[in-house]
Amino acid sequence: MVLHVRNEEAVMESVTFVLNGKSTTVDVEPEKPLLWVLRDDLGLKGTKYGCGMAICGCCTVHLEDDAIRSCVTPISRVEGKRVTTVEGLSNDLSHPVQRAWMDIQVPQCGYCQPGQMMSAACLLAQKPNPTDNEIADAMSGNLCRCGTYQRVRKAIHRAAEIAAEKGVRR
Amino acid sequence: MDWKRILILTLVSLVMTCFSAAGFICRSRINARAKQNSTAVVEVKPNPTEAVVAFIAAYSVFSHPRCMNCHPAGNAPLQGDDSHPHAFRVQRGPDGKGVTAMRCSNCHQAANASSAHAPPGAPFPPEAKESPFKPRWHLPSAKMPLVFEGKTAAQLCRQLKDRNQNGGLSLQQLLQHVNSDPLVLWGWSPGEGRTTPPMSHDEFVAKVNEWINNGAPCPK
Repeated sequence: MVLHVRNEEAVMESVTFVLNGKSTTVDVEPEKPLLWVLRDDLGLKGTKYGCGMAICGCCTVHLEDDAIRSCVTPISRVEGKRVTTVEGLSNDLSHPVQRAWMDIQVPQCGYCQPGQMMSAACLLAQKPNPTDNEIADAMSGNLCRCGTYQRVRKAIHRAAEIAAEKGVRR
Repeated sequence: MDWKRILILTLVSLVMTCFSAAGFICRSRINARAKQNSTAVVEVKPNPTEAVVAFIAAYSVFSHPRCMNCHPAGNAPLQGDDSHPHAFRVQRGPDGKGVTAMRCSNCHQAANASSAHAPPGAPFPPEAKESPFKPRWHLPSAKMPLVFEGKTAAQLCRQLKDRNQNGGLSLQQLLQHVNSDPLVLWGWSPGEGRTTPPMSHDEFVAKVNEWINNGAPCPK
């Protein structure tokens, strides 16, 4: 991490991290939320802005193996770490969560779904065959104004089935 | 000058020298005693009554929502001055850091979020040598939940002294925890819209110290 002054007002910082499998360096203010680095500096628009205060879950991405809220995470926290966005689940829509979401046709308006999918992927990585209760525990921080909760739950069970099939990675 | 005069003067001189020497020795001894007295460790007997009074004062901090909300009786952290269960079905989890996709540090950072009602945060202590951006937010683990909620002063006191329940801390380590752990210090810098405990952090530490120095007895 290298700190330097770009102009008289803002102290900038070079932050290097692994984004969707590729080493990435950005030159930004150290407190800038990861969400805005992803969207504005790196052009990855899959991660959505919802509330800006870690309440709705729209901005969920993975930091290492955790499903963090990128809207409140300062970029400095991800230095040297792995970050995965919804674009990084797979290149070919083969991730069990992506396949299940298409099978079940989960989205309505779709705005919250990248966050829902990232939390679901995090859950399945730790609980390959989660119960309804475990799904509720894991997904209750992801809000959906369209009320797709039942389809989300169904899709998580479907993703667990797909992942259990031989040769399909989670 | 006759020999008698010389003899008398010599005797007078000798007597005066002896008195001076005796005076010097006496003064030295007196000074040494005075010094000894000024550096002597005065043995103060523990005062159990003062200790209990100090603990009861500190209890007003332990039972304040800023402290108690993260020491709940159940498996969900609490929020607000009314200590309601944390929104979003947040759970303690085995390690006290949440479950699967709902870990504490998914939202809580190493510092308070800047806006009201946004997640508060705290870093690791410097001696942990962690990144200053790594969040320390968590509850006690499920194995050793160190419950504050619903405890009387006597119950809490006994629990705090019990190394099988307090995370294995000695009383001095407990004092260090309340003195410098960023999670404890956060209680006095909780961010916009949150109340602080009823005494300053310095006063709180002084009360805990007074309780420990007086033998750490518990209220009846």
